[in-house]
Order: sequence, then structure tokens, then C-alpha cells
Amino acid sequence: MSAVAVSAVAAGVTGNNPALNIGIFAAFVAFTLVIVFRASRNTKTAADYYAAGRSFTGPQNGIAISGDYLSAASFLGIAGAIALNGYDGFLYSIGFLVAWLVALLLVAELLRNTGKYTMGDVLAFRMRQRPVRAAAATSTMVVSFFYLLAQMAGAGGLVALLLGISSKTGQSVVIAVVGVIMIVYVLVGGMKGTTWVQIIKAALLITGALAMTIWVLAKFGFNLSSLLGGAVDAGGKTGEALLSPGKQYGATGTSKLDFLSLGLALVLGTAGLPHILMRFYTVPTAKEARRSVVWAIGLIGIFYLFTLVLGYGAGAIVGPDAIRNAPGKANSAAPLLAQALGGPVLLGVIAAVAFATILAVVAGLTITASASFAHDIYANVIKKDKLEDKNAEVRVARITAVVIGVVAIVGGIVANGQNVAFLVALAFAVAASANLPTILYSLFWKRFNTSGALWSTYGGLAASIILIVFSPAVSGKPSTAATPSMVTGVDFHWFPLENPGIVSIPLAFLLGWLGTVLSKERRDDKYAEMEVRALTGAGAEKATPH
Amino acid sequence: MSTPDPAPTRPPDPDWVEIHDSAEFVELRRRLRRFVFPMTALFLVWYLVYVLLADYAHAFMATKLVGDINVGLVLGLLQFVSTFVITGLYVRYADRRLDPLATRIREGIEDPDNTSGGAR
Repeated sequence: MSAVAVSAVAAGVTGNNPALNIGIFAAFVAFTLVIVFRASRNTKTAADYYAAGRSFTGPQNGIAISGDYLSAASFLGIAGAIALNGYDGFLYSIGFLVAWLVALLLVAELLRNTGKYTMGDVLAFRMRQRPVRAAAATSTMVVSFFYLLAQMAGAGGLVALLLGISSKTGQSVVIAVVGVIMIVYVLVGGMKGTTWVQIIKAALLITGALAMTIWVLAKFGFNLSSLLGGAVDAGGKTGEALLSPGKQYGATGTSKLDFLSLGLALVLGTAGLPHILMRFYTVPTAKEARRSVVWAIGLIGIFYLFTLVLGYGAGAIVGPDAIRNAPGKANSAAPLLAQALGGPVLLGVIAAVAFATILAVVAGLTITASASFAHDIYANVIKKDKLEDKNAEVRVARITAVVIGVVAIVGGIVANGQNVAFLVALAFAVAASANLPTILYSLFWKRFNTSGALWSTYGGLAASIILIVFSPAVSGKPSTAATPSMVTGVDFHWFPLENPGIVSIPLAFLLGWLGTVLSKERRDDKYAEMEVRALTGAGAEKATPH
Repeated sequence: MSTPDPAPTRPPDPDWVEIHDSAEFVELRRRLRRFVFPMTALFLVWYLVYVLLADYAHAFMATKLVGDINVGLVLGLLQFVSTFVITGLYVRYADRRLDPLATRIREGIEDPDNTSGGAR
């Protein structure tokens, strides 16, 4: 066993040139830093820092959204999941894509018209400001933290594979460097700088994936069927199972239910992700918000079609055993495929793109969480909206960004080695439980009130977190399992499913309804105003002129 | 305590309840909800059917159609197609049926002297 592992690691690193990888990545960082510094010249007010002066066009924002959304989990995680688990990995990408229809049809435009910078703005429109802002900020920070952990944890595995650093200390140093660069982006560039980083990264990622997709297809005569056949042959005895659902989730009744739960969380989570919601405020009108979602759906959909080819391509060309034994395991499928196709140069490019992906997504999450803290908690809860100096709010946001950056670095070092796609799925489950019911009720239900918003937000948050803590994902599975628990050696799990969505999402909707009808508060006049503004854009926040 | 951010140039607050009850706004709201609610139900049901098939009907999903391409892959790709189609339908509907009406009502609110739109 160990001999096989050693030779596979050697195979994974042969021909890899860490200096080249670092060089390409450094060039990306240098280039984007110049852009960020140029963007920072116009960042003065809170609207500039949080919402880039609302000056991006729909297509620009759509590309940035896809840059925000196509995280390391999408690129490395899904390609790896398809390579190892076949069809079950593909199911992730379908949930991630279909979810955008919820954002397009129900959320994006109405949110753009009624809010200013954060999710808390929408709730505060017709409810008691301080409690609902505190609730929205709490769930924003929790979801962002889960998502951050996933990204930083992915960085560790990538470092091992690409830079040939196998010691935990060495990996930790690289994670810290990535974190510090990210903090610089956010502090200097604000939302405008961060958005440009997302745009550049999305362009690189999608172009790189396109090139590899064409390359893989060319190897199989542009015949999807023979590519699948190749993956089956390379998979050996269990190869045939790659093509149909059930390899990962089909084993028992519980795992099937787990899969259904995951499917729900994926499709309902996107429209509750705070860093995605905040992007809708960077455009001047609701119509541009719509255009940005249309662009995002197009780019994200095409990208997931690429990952389908890349995943099966990695299975066919690299082979599942080599992937499983490489440092970084499933997450290394795409980089290994790049190496097999184009040698060290293509590997270096793809590695740099993967690092850029982590950097850009982490920057987007950090600015969202810091905006939520500064705008909702500091300015409106602590200072009770009596802030004399508007610059103080942005100053607090910058300090918060540094704190979150440090937390992300420490969390990334601790979570190094955890399964990236799984951590992201948990963030989706929390977002779908704590945020989506509250947002939908708030936009569409006249009777909804403060009590209901608090019940659905805190109830959904608590239910999803508690169920995760007591799930087999955290404890109870042996360390020899394909996906071991986070904590090994102790077993305190009582909830059978790894994904809480199937329980926590309906529960949050129910709690929101119950909390509402138990309270007498009713603001029909404010709802009338909110609905008129939401649907027509009257009095919506305008772009700031420069 | 009232509106989140009083813009300096805005005229005295319009009567939101009156606008909300106006025939034009009721029509806009009806048009929006008549499209987005059934469409949301449709794509969620279609997605759930697909997930349930993938979860509980392995043999059916593994049925080969052409070469190594099976029912599961085709249905999965159809989820992509339906997402793109619904996006296109909504954009067309919003351009034709929602935006003109919303613009008319908004202009009536923001510039009450210049148009007959808005209230009643």
C-alpha cells in the first residue's frame, strides 16, 4: 500500500516545476495588484467601498459573479468528484446551476431595489432595525466563515501538490501568504478592486478550462461517448459505476436521503449566499442586476459542462488510483490532468489559476462579512444610526476585514486537508436555512414581521449548525472511511445525515411563519412602500458619479 | 427610523399606499407573480424529479442510449438546457411585459408633474 502511494506521489510531482508555478502566480498577483491600486483611487465613500459606487455594468458584474461563485470547490472539487465518483459528482454542478433560477426569478432585482449594501438593509426596511440587522449580520458572518474555511482548506492541498511542500508548517506559511495578499486586495481596492480581481480570475479560469476541455475532447476524437468509455476502462472493476448515479450516495437508505438533503441545500442555498447577494448592489439598476444574473448563468453553466469533460477526462487519462493517492486527493484531479496534457507549463498555469480562484473568492467573502459587521452591527446597532462621521463606518469595515483575514488564515491552517466540496455544501445548507426563508418572506409576504424574521434566521441557523455538529460528518466515522469525520476517536453523533438541509430548511420556513403569526406587529403601509419600490425601482440607490 | 436613506433631491414622500392600490401597480404585481411563481414551481419540481430519479432509480438512469451515453447523462444535460431556456423566457417576458409598466409607474412617482402615470 505504502509503496503504491509513494510511487503515485512521485508520479504526481515528476515534471512539476514549483519555481515555474510560483512565477506564474506571482505574475498574476503583480498584475492584479496594479489594477487594485488604480481602482482604489476612486474609493472614498461607503458606497464606493461596499458597492463599487454601483458603477459596474450587468455583463461586468455577471463575470465577477461567476468569478465569485466558481470557487476552488467548483473547479477542483467537482472535477475531482466526477473523476472519482463519476455521475454523483456531476449532480453537484446541476444543483449549483439550477439554483441560479431562484436568484434570477425571485431575489436579484427586488433586492437591488430595496437595499443598500447588505441583506440586513432589506429586512430593516419594514422591521425593527436593530434586532433584524443583528440577526442578518450574524448569519452572514457564519455562512461566510464556513465558505472561507472551505477555500482556505483547499489552498493547503494545492500547495502540497503544486509547490512540492509536504510539511504542515510549510503549507501553513503559504496559506498565510495567500491570506495576507487577500487582505491587501480588500483594504486597498474595496469592492471595486475586489470585483476586478474576480473579473480577471473568471476570465483566466474559464479560458483555462475551455482549453483543457478542447484538449481532452480532441484526445477522444470529440466523441463524448468514447471519453466516458475511457473513464470506465481506466476505472477497472468499478469503472462501469462511474456512468450512473449512486456510486457515492447509493449505498444505503440513509445515504440516499443524505443525497436528497444535499440536493435541496444546493438549489436553495445560492440565493441566500451573502457574498452573492452583495454583488447585486454593485450595478446601477435592477435591470442591470437581471443582466448580471443572465451572464452569470451562461458562464457558470458552460463552465460546469467543462468540468464534466475535465472530471471524466482526469478519470480516463490520469486514472482514479493516481488521483486518490496524490497529495490533495480528489482536489488534485484537475491539476494532474493539466500536467498529463500540457506538461509543467500547463500545470503551472492551471495551478496559478486555482490559487487566483482561492484568493479572489476569499477576498469577496471577506469584504461581505466586514461590510455586514460595519454597516449592520457597528453603524446601526452599536451606534444606532447616529454615526456622525461616515468615514468611521468604512474604517471599521477595514479593521474587520483584517480580523476576518487573520481568522481565515488560522481556520485554513486548522482545516487543512478537509474535503473542500463538502465544506462548501455545508455553507450552502446554512445559507438555505438561515437566509433564504427570511429573504423570500420579507420580499413577498405582507404579514411577515420582526418576530418572524428573527425566528426564521436564528432558527434556521441554529438548526443547521446543531445538526451538522451532531452529524457523522463531524464525528463517528472511522479514519479509514473514504471521507472520515472531522474529529476522529470520539463519537457524539446522533443525527444520521451529513447534510442538514432536508430538516433545517423546512423547519426555518415553518419557524418564520410561526414567529410571524405569534406577534401582533404589522406594518402594511411600509410593506406597500417596499413593494412599490421593489417592483418599480422608485427611490432605489443610484450610482455615484465620478 | 423611516426610510433608510433620505436622498437630498427627492420631493416630499409620495403616498405609497395609494400607488400600491393603483390599477397600474396591481397589474404590474399580477404580471410579475403570474410569471415567477408558476415558473419557480415548475423548475423546482423538474429538479426534484431529476434528483429523486438519480437517487432511487439507478437502473433506469443507467439505461444506455447511444454508446456510453445513458439516460442519466441526458436528463442531467436537459437540466442545463431547461435552465438556459427559462432564463431566456424570463428576460423576454420582463423586457416586454414588466419593464415598460415599471418604468411608467416609477416616472410617475419620481416626477409627478410630468406624466399622467402613477397614482390611480
